[in-house]
Amino acid sequence: MPNMSLEKNKMPSQEPDVRNKNFDEVALGYTAEMAIDEANRCLHCKHRPCVSGCPVQVDIPEFIEEVKNGRFEEAYQIISRSSSLPAVCGRVCPQESQCEQKCVRGIKGEPVAIGRLERFVADYHNANFKDAPVKPASNGHKVAIIGSGPSGLACAGDLAKKGYDVTIYEALHLAGGVLAYGIPEFRLPKSIVQKEIDGLKALGVKVETNVVIGKTISIDELKDEFGYETVFIGSGAGLPKFMNIPGENLNGVYSANEFLTRINLMKAYLGDSKTPIMRPKSAVIVGGGNVAMDAARCAKRLGADVTIVYRRTKEELPARAEEVEHAEEEGIKFAFLNNPVEVIGENGWVKSVKCQQMELSEPDESGRRRPVAVEGAFNEIECDCMIMSIGTSPNPLIKSTTEGLDTQKWGGIIADEETGLTSREGVYAGGDAVTGAATVILAMGAGKAAAKAMDEYMQNRAK
Amino acid sequence: MYKIIQKKALNPTVTLMEVDAPLVARKAEPGQFIILRASEDGERIPLTIAGYDREKGTVTIIFQIVGGATETLNALNEGDFIHDFVGPLGKATETEGLKKVAVVGGGVGCAIAYPVAKKLHDIGVEVHSIVGFRNEDLIILEDEFKAVSDKYVLMTDDGSAGEKGLVTNALEKLIESGEEYDEVITIGPLIMMKFVVGVTKKYNVKTVVSMNPIMVDGTGMCGGCRLTVGGQTKFACVDGPDFDGFEVDFDEAMARSATYKPFEQKAREEACNLLKMEVK
Repeated sequence: MPNMSLEKNKMPSQEPDVRNKNFDEVALGYTAEMAIDEANRCLHCKHRPCVSGCPVQVDIPEFIEEVKNGRFEEAYQIISRSSSLPAVCGRVCPQESQCEQKCVRGIKGEPVAIGRLERFVADYHNANFKDAPVKPASNGHKVAIIGSGPSGLACAGDLAKKGYDVTIYEALHLAGGVLAYGIPEFRLPKSIVQKEIDGLKALGVKVETNVVIGKTISIDELKDEFGYETVFIGSGAGLPKFMNIPGENLNGVYSANEFLTRINLMKAYLGDSKTPIMRPKSAVIVGGGNVAMDAARCAKRLGADVTIVYRRTKEELPARAEEVEHAEEEGIKFAFLNNPVEVIGENGWVKSVKCQQMELSEPDESGRRRPVAVEGAFNEIECDCMIMSIGTSPNPLIKSTTEGLDTQKWGGIIADEETGLTSREGVYAGGDAVTGAATVILAMGAGKAAAKAMDEYMQNRAK
Repeated sequence: MYKIIQKKALNPTVTLMEVDAPLVARKAEPGQFIILRASEDGERIPLTIAGYDREKGTVTIIFQIVGGATETLNALNEGDFIHDFVGPLGKATETEGLKKVAVVGGGVGCAIAYPVAKKLHDIGVEVHSIVGFRNEDLIILEDEFKAVSDKYVLMTDDGSAGEKGLVTNALEKLIESGEEYDEVITIGPLIMMKFVVGVTKKYNVKTVVSMNPIMVDGTGMCGGCRLTVGGQTKFACVDGPDFDGFEVDFDEAMARSATYKPFEQKAREEACNLLKMEVK
């Protein structure tokens, strides 16, 4: 008999007033009992709508069936047929707009907690199975992957399993891309990211850190001199946008990328870190996406009084509802319908942010209500730190050093939707480098699609 | 991991290291820089490439011991390894079309100015080098500069070697005496570059400055190194580090470079006591 409770099993979590003072993981994960109980909520629909909501089409009802029976390792094996990073995706995917949105149980009540179950299964595997996977026999073809973020890791994993000789090139000193420098420890422990990367290394994937493709080595050199048959570009969208308003270069003004890189990659939140970070008294975060929530929650944990400034209202916030809720619980304030127009300083440091008051106009052709300025209405918010989190775009480095690689006006690499093939033969691309800033799982899906196309291309050439 | 092939003290606070880094050596050009982390828990710091040997696969860096990170680096010896070493980063110094150039270096900035002077000399440019130090004990690369310069002017603040005074005095004197430079290239402390630009503006001599802001990644992903140049925000790590000196907002750059002063002070105090006396 299925569990007909209308609600998901709650996720055990640290209390808001405790967790907003530490960087430990907020959500603690299901116990085996909770997982089995939650798995019993799944009705095993024949038409499996949840699977169609997953960008990499994990066989969701199948793995949940194994969880029901307490066969957690079997469940893991089913997930890992489709997903290279289940412990990551179970934590950071926006399931409410993917698999769980399509869940039949969600029509009346809450959907099955697919993400939490995926996370449980992956954590169970990581805690209990230490055997290295069997390294596949080499097929003699060499592949270079640029960037060790989610798309590159997914692409590398799929090709390594087929016997390709895969090398990932990473510009930073640590692999993981946004998983390493962007998403904070309290949402995604770095030890989990490292485990997933170690898993790939065990499959034979080589990771070369400290190599900036476009500077240290060009794509043409990878192909002509280093003998790589195909190249996958998964370099992401890491170039921060600023607002170009007066005072933006005052001390205390950070891009979210810099603030989060110092905290996550360089561990500046630790007392004995060699990398400094400002410990603000009051911080203003500009923007409303997941990155803004991450930056705000980090600033809070460094001891600041935090306000998120957003030019629309709560309804339009692009961040996940769960992230907004977590931020609110942790005591982060929101100033909606405010648009910064000037950063005011004192002795070279930010002192306050002057904001234009906004109101929402009628919906435009895209159906979105555009914010418009309320004439003459301004608001000044005092702060000693300001974090700009208004988006990122692809870094122009690869584009500017690779002849014949077509890109969009805004910098995104033009690649075939199905295969990831770019305008250069043998060069594929996927993830944020193609789409602009999106989600971890979409990047993984693109990496997997490209891996499939690269495999076909190399096998056809070999004939 | 990147092996230290050679280590040499150039003066009490300035050290030269030749590092095994074949991929960086393959592409390095004067004006570019690397980012390193001396140890696994270390900070990422930018250092300009002071030389390279493409055949040996080595890159030379010269650094002044000014704080925690450079003290940790200086504690490493020949045969030890630097944990991370990435580059070459930034744009190379432009040398095309130049016929006569004054290279103005200050302190450890001379280590960065030297490869630029050498490259200019090698491609047939007339090079006048003006180098400045606080005193005689701090002079570095004197023979090297002399070998690539058509004119070499040494200045010290206290007159203990060369002429007494600042590099700006020497530069102004040369311009006044009728030397016509296509360009002045200046590398040194922000305050020195600001005053060099003050002189060259007066005579309208194009001036290129090599900026040295705080950096984290050095690849354009954070904007920690941003500067205002000609009213626009630029990232020194990808758009520079060389910029038109007339356009740079030096006061802003100086304010930004002091962001972490209290933290750096603390790190320095906690670092090796042996070196403390020499770090002024």
